[in-house]
Amino acid sequence: VSEPVSHAPSNVARNVAASRVQAPHPSMFLRMLVRAAILRRGRAASALLAMVVAAAVTTTVLNLYVDVQAKLYREFRDYGANVILVGRDHSSLPADALSHVDSTLAGHGVAAPFAMVVARTTTGQPVVVVGTDFDRVRQLNRWWSVSNWPAAPQQALVGVRASSTVAPNSQPFDLAFQGRTLRIIPAGTVQTGAAEDSRIYLSLADFAAWSGVEPSTIEVAADGSPEKISAVMNQLAQAIPAADVRPVRQIVEGEARVLGKTRSTLLAATALIVLTSALCVLSTLMGWVSDRRRDFAIMKALGASGRLLNGFFAAEAAILGATGALVGFIAGIGIAAWIGRVNFHAAVVPRFSVLPAVLAGSIVVTLLSAILPISLLRRVQPAAILRGE
Amino acid sequence: MFARLVYESFRRQKRRKVLAGVAITLGVTVATAMIAVATDIGDKINRELRAIGANLVITPQEDSLDVEIGGVNLKPPSDGAFLNEADLPKIKEIFWHNNVTGFAPVLPVTVSIEVNGRGRQDATLVGTYFAKHIPLGKEEFVTGVRSTYPWWKISGSWPADDSRDVLVGERLAARMDLKPGEQLAVSDRQLRVSGILSTGGVEDDQMVASLALAQEILGKPGAVRRIYVSALTKPEDAFARRDPKSMSGAVYDRWYCSPYPQSIAFQLVEAIPHSHAEQIRQVSQNEGAVLSRIEGLFFLITLAALFASALAVSAAMATAIFERRAEVGLMKALGAGQIAVAAVFFGEATLLALASGLAGFAAGAVLARQIGQSIFNSQISIQPILLPVILGIAVIVTFAGSAVAIRRAVSLDPVFALRGAQ
Repeated sequence: VSEPVSHAPSNVARNVAASRVQAPHPSMFLRMLVRAAILRRGRAASALLAMVVAAAVTTTVLNLYVDVQAKLYREFRDYGANVILVGRDHSSLPADALSHVDSTLAGHGVAAPFAMVVARTTTGQPVVVVGTDFDRVRQLNRWWSVSNWPAAPQQALVGVRASSTVAPNSQPFDLAFQGRTLRIIPAGTVQTGAAEDSRIYLSLADFAAWSGVEPSTIEVAADGSPEKISAVMNQLAQAIPAADVRPVRQIVEGEARVLGKTRSTLLAATALIVLTSALCVLSTLMGWVSDRRRDFAIMKALGASGRLLNGFFAAEAAILGATGALVGFIAGIGIAAWIGRVNFHAAVVPRFSVLPAVLAGSIVVTLLSAILPISLLRRVQPAAILRGE
Repeated sequence: MFARLVYESFRRQKRRKVLAGVAITLGVTVATAMIAVATDIGDKINRELRAIGANLVITPQEDSLDVEIGGVNLKPPSDGAFLNEADLPKIKEIFWHNNVTGFAPVLPVTVSIEVNGRGRQDATLVGTYFAKHIPLGKEEFVTGVRSTYPWWKISGSWPADDSRDVLVGERLAARMDLKPGEQLAVSDRQLRVSGILSTGGVEDDQMVASLALAQEILGKPGAVRRIYVSALTKPEDAFARRDPKSMSGAVYDRWYCSPYPQSIAFQLVEAIPHSHAEQIRQVSQNEGAVLSRIEGLFFLITLAALFASALAVSAAMATAIFERRAEVGLMKALGAGQIAVAAVFFGEATLLALASGLAGFAAGAVLARQIGQSIFNSQISIQPILLPVILGIAVIVTFAGSAVAIRRAVSLDPVFALRGAQ
């Protein structure tokens, strides 16, 4: 009576065993993965920590590498104009030239107009007088050392060298140009160490009313990469055909040179750091896998196939790698943002384009570093490992 | 016994020791190279920034105002004061003479030019040095616009400093329809155009010739209007801006011996009689900002690299020790105390760290040199003081990496360790 009953479970067990040989039970596979992590919390945590740090450092440097160029472009804009518009054959620019420049820049840069004449003081001393827009010049030429910016009409900014000649006690003085005289109140002095020191700067309105001369030069500091700047130059040349648009080669080439070298050095540093991080992951995982050789031996002794073992350890490594990479990525973005704030006083934009690279890189490195010790272990007899050799 | 244990451990476990050693070597290599690059990057970028042009200008003390619009000088040519060309070599004799990378004197002269009867025209001719050889004791210093203004482009060839050839700015050349090799009459002298100059600045409307030629046309031998000096400077700070006259002895010495733009300008005034030196703010103010950003960036990147390599070394050491639990069990079973066991491991770690640290330092020095050569075309030098520092760091990091693993290995019950249990 009992025979058929007792047969059934053994048949079931045989069937289950047969099905397990063909396809490992997913829940068992998962359980082994989870238990391994729980039972060796310390080891798993330290391996994960190494992964997180490696991924964080890699993310930080990659993010900085991508973003630093944009940051340094901004620093170089403090050098002032990189594009200059001049009326052809020393003529004045059309009246709408500045508004064309502003609409072309669309907020990505600053432009300032300049109009110049040579006037004479009451003693007959010739002096260059420039009409400009003080608010724009202030943004464009940040290196100007100005004691006090003019605010009211007829106030002028006097170059330090001109100041000692025409207005040594900053008293008001007269300037004559083509028979017309203008009384000027010095508001402050400007010092740059260059031609500006010998000039007198007036507001454009005062200047035009007095001399009748319109701006002949617009200096433009356009933001962005060299490609963007040359695109801006092309647009400007099309929008204002009466102007000769030229790059300020001194600034443009110096910038390209410094940025190029900085970027190459940063690339070398990034490569070194990525290499070190990979090395860190490699030695951590080799430790992790060789630490589990007994598990490996038991599984092998219980009949696990080579494929299953490879899959199991590879899955473990991949999960470790992916988790480490994700957490490290978030930490790395935080660190990059902090460096941006501390060093460049501006946020480093998180580059999510870096994430796939970091993720894929981590998983590839973890898989590689897991496979290396496994292939070493596979040659060893389980009995030898279990005996403790 | 201790020495023998350590020796045998290295002899018998070559593979493991090599693996850990390689990790330490690579970590130290990266650390050395990064520290060398980070300490030298400021100087390298400073030199690159010199490509933006001179950062100091020397003018005569009693100079009249410059009257110049768009490269055309409207000041009467002989008006105002001049500097003396004979004083120029003194620029390379100031306290910070090694920081002076180049200088170029200029002497603008207004001339009338004529090409084969194509009409006369007034233009400014600037006399300067192109690549002048200036004897300084036994050595020679080569300086001039070719090194101070690297963005100047020539189609044709550069004139020699002792020739009577001229460069013509590209817009002036276009107006006069001039090509390299042609002759032109400059203030009744027949001169040859050796090249067309393109700078993107006011020089495009001017002519450039040797200083001697400009002095001859002006009729003032030895006269120089201005001297542009390119010097490596330290970013200016509040201390730099203080007035040297109000400083006490020690403070003044510290100010004088710092390569601030102000202190170099001060020394230039001391060297050149009747002169006034000033920083060109567009160049000198901004290079400080760029320089400190790049230096700061590399400082932080180096921290990241040090951190990563320390971690790599620690991980390698921890792995190496975890594999040797059975050994610890055996030693303890034979009666070794915890301190004795730990001493063996720490002894091994020190030996490994020192040997690999030395190898890594050498490799890092080579790597830094390679980076310097390939990116900056100049060597990145490694200070010898770095060696003990790097070795110290290597030993500390190796210790730190081993400490946790050793503690765990030592505290393990020998029975479990020998049986192979966790």
